Amino acid sequence: MSKEANMTSKTQIAEGSVAEYVTAMIGGQLFGLPISRVQDVFMPERLTRVPLSSSEIAGVLNLRGRIVTVVDMRARLGLPKNDDGKPAMAVGVDLRGESYGLLIDQIGEVLTLADDSREENPVNLDPRMAKLAGGVHRLDGQLMVVLDVDRVLELLPTQLAA
Amino acid sequence: MDDLLREFLTETSESLDTVDNQLVRFEQDPNNAKILDNIFRLVHTIKGTCGFLGLPRLEALAHAGETLMGKFRDGMPVTGDAVSLILASIDRIKEILAGLEATETEPQGSDEDLIEKLHEMVEHGMAAMSAPAPLVASASAAPEPAAPVAAIPVAEGTLVPQTLERALRPGEVSLDDLERAFQETAIEVVAPALVPSSAPEAEPRAASPKKEAKEASKPAAKRPSADLEVVAEGDKIANQSIRVNVDTLEHLMTMVSELVLTRNQLLEISRRNEDTEFKVPLQRLSNVTAELQEGVMKTRMQPIGNAWQKLPRIVRDLSGELHKQIELEMHGADTELDRQVLDLIKDPLTHMVRNSADHGLETPAERVANGKPEQGTIRLSAYHEGGHIIICIADNGRGLNTERIKAKALQNGLVTEAELDKMTEAQIHKFIFAPGFSTAAAVTSVSGRGVGMDVVRTNIDQIGGTIDVKSVAGEGSSVTIKIPLTLAIVSALIVEAAGDRFAIPQLAVVELVRARANSEHRIERIKDTAVLRLRNKLLPLMHLKKLLKIDDGTSSDPENGFIVVTQVGSQTFGIVVDGVFHTEEIVVKPMSTKLRHIDMFSGNTILGDGAVIMIIDPNGIAKALGASGSASHEIADENAASRANAAEQLTSLLVFRAGSSQPKAVPLGLVTRLEEIAADKIELSNGRYMVQYREQLMPLVQMAGVSVQTSGAQPILVFADDGRSMGLVVDEIIDIVEEKLHIEVAGSQEGILGSAVIKGHATEVIDVGHFLPMAFADWFSRKEMRPSQSAQSVLLVDDSAFFRNMLAPVLKAAGYRVRVAPNAQEGLAALRSGQAFDVVLTDIEMPDMNGFEFAETIRADQHFGAMPIIALSSMVSPAAIERGRLAGFHDYVAKFDRPGLIAALKEQTAELSRAA
Repeated sequence: MSKEANMTSKTQIAEGSVAEYVTAMIGGQLFGLPISRVQDVFMPERLTRVPLSSSEIAGVLNLRGRIVTVVDMRARLGLPKNDDGKPAMAVGVDLRGESYGLLIDQIGEVLTLADDSREENPVNLDPRMAKLAGGVHRLDGQLMVVLDVDRVLELLPTQLAA
Repeated sequence: MDDLLREFLTETSESLDTVDNQLVRFEQDPNNAKILDNIFRLVHTIKGTCGFLGLPRLEALAHAGETLMGKFRDGMPVTGDAVSLILASIDRIKEILAGLEATETEPQGSDEDLIEKLHEMVEHGMAAMSAPAPLVASASAAPEPAAPVAAIPVAEGTLVPQTLERALRPGEVSLDDLERAFQETAIEVVAPALVPSSAPEAEPRAASPKKEAKEASKPAAKRPSADLEVVAEGDKIANQSIRVNVDTLEHLMTMVSELVLTRNQLLEISRRNEDTEFKVPLQRLSNVTAELQEGVMKTRMQPIGNAWQKLPRIVRDLSGELHKQIELEMHGADTELDRQVLDLIKDPLTHMVRNSADHGLETPAERVANGKPEQGTIRLSAYHEGGHIIICIADNGRGLNTERIKAKALQNGLVTEAELDKMTEAQIHKFIFAPGFSTAAAVTSVSGRGVGMDVVRTNIDQIGGTIDVKSVAGEGSSVTIKIPLTLAIVSALIVEAAGDRFAIPQLAVVELVRARANSEHRIERIKDTAVLRLRNKLLPLMHLKKLLKIDDGTSSDPENGFIVVTQVGSQTFGIVVDGVFHTEEIVVKPMSTKLRHIDMFSGNTILGDGAVIMIIDPNGIAKALGASGSASHEIADENAASRANAAEQLTSLLVFRAGSSQPKAVPLGLVTRLEEIAADKIELSNGRYMVQYREQLMPLVQMAGVSVQTSGAQPILVFADDGRSMGLVVDEIIDIVEEKLHIEVAGSQEGILGSAVIKGHATEVIDVGHFLPMAFADWFSRKEMRPSQSAQSVLLVDDSAFFRNMLAPVLKAAGYRVRVAPNAQEGLAALRSGQAFDVVLTDIEMPDMNGFEFAETIRADQHFGAMPIIALSSMVSPAAIERGRLAGFHDYVAKFDRPGLIAALKEQTAELSRAA
């Protein structure tokens, strides 16, 4: 572990710098999204499915006149579908002028965490999750996986639904 | 101020603003090709535009600068000195522009200093790099008012207001006021009133505005304060039109959409509560919102004619400069398109028209030598097709020089010799869109530096359009730009499939048909292919939910459904949907980049009720239709370009088996119906098989080797014409496929046109013309025969051997002498060979030169100007007919409409003999 901690110091920007994260639960796991990337949090309503699209795209919806592409984070992370019947939430993010919504189970609080407490992804992390994770923070009693928003949105058009 | 000049100034100053930023980066990173390209394009545009605006000073300077930058693009190292020189040139251009804006004429002065240095830099290349820096520096310091413009106080005046050394004359405006007016008003508002200048040299020019000013304010005219009135007049003009940022409009549009959504919610609430006092005001709100929405949408639409305004003058000036006679034809100037799109295609259009004039059209002497009229024609047309806006720039010049393009492509390393050998001519022509590609042997001041088509392609790509070039050596070339709906507002039909709503652009929809099991229109099946009988034609059908793979399995009745009859190019097909709601004006929003790979959708939109729905792309469906038939026999991967080409000439073929095990085929369009007749219904009469069919006795004809079934059902193909039907007995109907009909081996057997490869199998294509007379000996001849001595001659041009063989006997039987030509070029050759024809009958969809271009060529030829031309096409829509009329067709007949064809021929030839 100490070896990994040493490695993180490379990615550290400055001594004692902190980052704010919006936390979200997806499939029982706590994730953190850098707050600078989060535009808003909304309840996805009137989601229109898009035929022939990747299974990771839940659909499109109208958010105040903008068409938002909604990404199903459970599908993206390779997790089973949500069946607890609770309405899903979505975190709005922007990428190159386009709006996206990341479908999550539940929104949490905003945490301010020191950069140097972030650790590299454990080597045995599920590869689908590891691809999207930009490190892990150890919190009291649980771990928070930092979501790399850019990588989450690197959806390949070839991942077509069967 | 002259509209053109004003436009030029606005545009150039906008470009200069962009380049300003880039210039700074250029200095830091002089070898960045992209920045260089951008500056190069700006200079190129300035050069081009001022050529016809009569601004020699700017033109000379820009030309010299461009030459140097061209060298940089070719790989000459960029040095600090060179950068300074270019910066100095840009500064000088700005100065001249400022003068231009103030006085409407170029400030006098000489740029020889800069031009010389630019030339020197080019000529000496590396050597000049070490030229004494101070010289360059002094040039780059040119912004000092004293330098080149010193001769003119006016130009200086904008910088140093108090240079006037006499009192203002009546009607004149003080420079300070002018300056203020310039700052207070947008550039477009630099109205005539602002022209008056105090410079003594400007007197003659100032005369007319002075008069205006007097008229505007007679009592005040004698007082110096007249300037106030002048400015006031400027304000008035300003109020009539203002420049609004498209972003502002976009924002407005979004807000209106929001308003509509809110209104809809309110209406919903009021519907639930019957007697509310809100009802009346809500109704008003609703109406106002609708009007507001319409108004905002309108602000974004402009006729394409706005982008064409300056072209006639460009062409006129070019024809003088190049010593060519050029006529510019413009069609469809009122086709509306989104302002944003319009802006982006303006420059490409100008470039292409200039290219046509410079490279495309020959000199009058050359034209005469080639048997063409002295005057060349450039034809611009715009129209809507299948939810796209098509803009076509065509000339009747010499066409692209394939050999030279090949050589240049090799030279530029774009392609290898081996690759070239495998390419078709059309693929080779596409190289003209590669950056830095110019085949013009001589670099003229008009074009030929290889920026033009590069810029064109970049701009078209930006708006997601496509561009295609077609050329026939010696006959001319045409560039077709296809701009998708994106950004535009279209009327769309809202349909339902598997519970979801989709929008189908109304432009592609021909009609709606409700299919029911027991009605005339019902969905039938040939194997797994669904078809609809519609007015004696078989229409291939596609189920939208199957196509989109959202079939929920609840598809109840396979024989019922709503069918949206859709047309894309020459293909007509039916889309089966579960429900049809209404039509709605929708604002097309581009698809997310994550979804753009789905061919079936061209965009998405927000409906009035706030829901997002996908817009179906009829082109994508047409592609899927062509592909679905081939699902079991995957065709070898062709490259996308040739596939797109092939798609245009697909023919629906009915594949069946008769006699031998080898499959046979017949174009579906010729078949009226497919029937299965119980074997016991078939009677033998007078040695022939007959069947009672629709209260008539229909003769059955057997192909060699086919025996009539004695039990069960007998499949037959029914061919009907003019109230008579005949049945062709076949063994088995196999499939309906979309395939390019290309008969490779001519048939030796009676009744077989030849063999073609259809879905990977050698298939015999039957000659329907052979079987028809077997049923009724007089099938073709009963149409009124004409005495043969007065037989009129027809030139039939069709690239499909099938239709040539099919139609020639029909025409002969109707009493015409027929000469056939397999393509437009041979058709032209036949016309020019001296043989007299009374009428030309031509197919529309042909490779290389299509029917429209063929007709335009004939129209342009002085010898055949009056020749009646009839278009023969499977693509019959009001838009196509209109397009045909513009191209010069006298009539437009559907390919399989034999009675219509004969009638049209009779009418045209009768008119001709009346005229004679």
